[in-house]
Amino acid sequence: MRSMLKTSAAAFAILAASMGGASAEGLTGDLKIFLDTSNPAPRATMEEMIAGFQAKNPDLTIETTVIDREAYKTQIRNFLTANAPDVNTWYAANRMRPYVEAGLFEDVSDLWDGTDLGENLASTKGAMTIDGKQWGVPYSYYQWGVYYRKDIFDELGLSEPTTWEEEKANCQKIIDAGKKCYTIGTKFLWTAGGWFDYLNMRTNGFDFHMDLLTGNAKWTSDEARKTFANWRELIDMGAFIDNHQTYSWQEALPFMVKGDATAYLMGNFAVAPLRDAGLTDDQLDFYQFVEITPGVEMAEDAPTDTFHIPTNAQNKENAREFLKYVASADVQTLINDGKHLGQLPVNAKSSVDNDKFLEQGFEMLSTNSPGGVAQFFDRDAPAEMAKVAMEGLQEFMVKPDNLDKILDRLDRAQERIYK
Amino acid sequence: MAQAQAVQAHQSSWWHKNQQQITPWLFLAPGILFFLFYVIFPIFQSFNLSLYEWDGLGKAEFVGLYNYEELYWDDAFYTSLNNNVVWLVLYLAAIPAGLFIALFLNQTVTGIRLYKSLFFFPFVISQVVVGLVFTWFYDPTFGLLNVVLGAVGLPPMNILGDENWVTVGIIVAGLWPQTAYCMILYLTGLNAVDPEQIEAGRLDGAKGWRMLWYIIVPQLRPATFIAFVVTIIGALRSFDLISIMTNGGPFGTSRVLSFYMFEVALSEYGFRMGYGASIAVVLFLIMLAFIAYFLWSMYKEEKAR
Repeated sequence: MRSMLKTSAAAFAILAASMGGASAEGLTGDLKIFLDTSNPAPRATMEEMIAGFQAKNPDLTIETTVIDREAYKTQIRNFLTANAPDVNTWYAANRMRPYVEAGLFEDVSDLWDGTDLGENLASTKGAMTIDGKQWGVPYSYYQWGVYYRKDIFDELGLSEPTTWEEEKANCQKIIDAGKKCYTIGTKFLWTAGGWFDYLNMRTNGFDFHMDLLTGNAKWTSDEARKTFANWRELIDMGAFIDNHQTYSWQEALPFMVKGDATAYLMGNFAVAPLRDAGLTDDQLDFYQFVEITPGVEMAEDAPTDTFHIPTNAQNKENAREFLKYVASADVQTLINDGKHLGQLPVNAKSSVDNDKFLEQGFEMLSTNSPGGVAQFFDRDAPAEMAKVAMEGLQEFMVKPDNLDKILDRLDRAQERIYK
Repeated sequence: MAQAQAVQAHQSSWWHKNQQQITPWLFLAPGILFFLFYVIFPIFQSFNLSLYEWDGLGKAEFVGLYNYEELYWDDAFYTSLNNNVVWLVLYLAAIPAGLFIALFLNQTVTGIRLYKSLFFFPFVISQVVVGLVFTWFYDPTFGLLNVVLGAVGLPPMNILGDENWVTVGIIVAGLWPQTAYCMILYLTGLNAVDPEQIEAGRLDGAKGWRMLWYIIVPQLRPATFIAFVVTIIGALRSFDLISIMTNGGPFGTSRVLSFYMFEVALSEYGFRMGYGASIAVVLFLIMLAFIAYFLWSMYKEEKAR
């Protein structure tokens, strides 16, 4: 492990040296970076990446602060106003809107307009744009989809489904075999948001989904009701594990590892803990969430992680160089490979690491997602609405009969929040 | 002559004359200053903030009593308020429970100190740990509770996933350390019980419950008062256990006012400082009622002496 870290650190150094010509060299002064990548692997990756930038600019004084990922979500409001770093991590789309609207993020459209970089990052430009300007650069994103136990599927003679009917038929067979179809832990609510994202995008399409989350469509509309009706089919079958409202997403993993449940609708970050728990790549596989309404274009969730420059930053020129470095093809290739973040690079010129799930995810997002790419329920909807709605989704999963009450409540919340 | 005059001047200086009155205030000054700045001033600030709509970043917009009107229509607020009442009532069980454990432990046996410390142990460990331990205990798939229920032929339960049981489940977890706290208060109280009165009671034929109710408990009044105060305050501050055990769920049914306030104003999805402040004001008024009652009864006690 140690030697692997060393070699990849060396790779960064070489990479940084060889890229010297592309951008300004030998920056001086200070650069203060705040990161929310507090989990071990992302933390090591970021530190290596910053070491690479340091090697390229030996005279630059870089100060890195890593903040706990959950604490960061509340601290960001304080440090952006009071003690701003030069560069900070955050998320794309509506999640950055409050800070953009409060004038706390720097407009970095100059990095995007008419540059090669802008062209290479085009796939996420929409998610980085508010009011026609770009407010940061992406460094990584990952696919969502159904991760399933291939060995159990083989045992029961099932194959990857592509339509809703097949999905339900598969699920019935799994239930008949005494297992659950899907594991899920909704204690922290957002996992239910993932299910709703997919069911709604497949039932009504990307555009309706976005209308609903941005307050331009009603929760009590026929379209939304249809989505819930589809969801209810699975709930009534007993497709989800029992008592999911008591578990976090991590606590729901053992059900899949032990084989009590066969599949998990999740982001690609679930692969690492599943592998750590002892599942091999022969046992574990991935398929795109099935088509529900024929003819509705497939759209995917692919949350994007980003870097921003606070408006109150002291060293904006250095920060811009750092953003260019982070978004460059080679750095993106390296930080997203299986040894580091294990996610997908955003830069079109980067290459995807040789990993079964990353390859499938990249393939799916680049060729089979014509409908569009969503960020995720709680990043596309305003925070307040997301909270109320996800609570409703959890309640629906436990008490599907309360649907009318829940939808009325969401409509009322919508009227208040989007006024 | 000159000297005498100087002494006179010295003695009649303002400082000299008022020394007695001023000294206590001087000593109290740092405390008063911090109390004003960190306690009194923020209370008024909260009142003020509750009249605004503010996301913590942009400009605050004055909305008058709109936040309170919103509270009036908010189902989640009533759920939290209701849970607060449940907490206040059920949490008081810590007082009799603490009393009985204290009576049980109030004997001289070899190793009694060890037993006392073991009973006191839950109060020493962090609430977070208490929450985690009980979460595992309640776990519907791997937890001990369902094993126990199964052994006596009862169906399994998912305490923390059932909206009717969740608050009770958390309160039981909270009672574990709180009982230990009340126990220690009563143990010290029992040391002060007058043996002569017990003796006299014995001679008059008091035994068992009558002895406890008419002779012991009245003498424990000061301890009961303190136990009551800390338990009420503990019930109103029940935040950490909820945050650890359920995060307010399932679907927001285990929230109390303090947790709801945090969620609305300060959590990952919260951006409503004004609304949070209005919840804080309501919580403050509830606490104020209790505190006023305590102060009043303390005042009465002092006067009676």
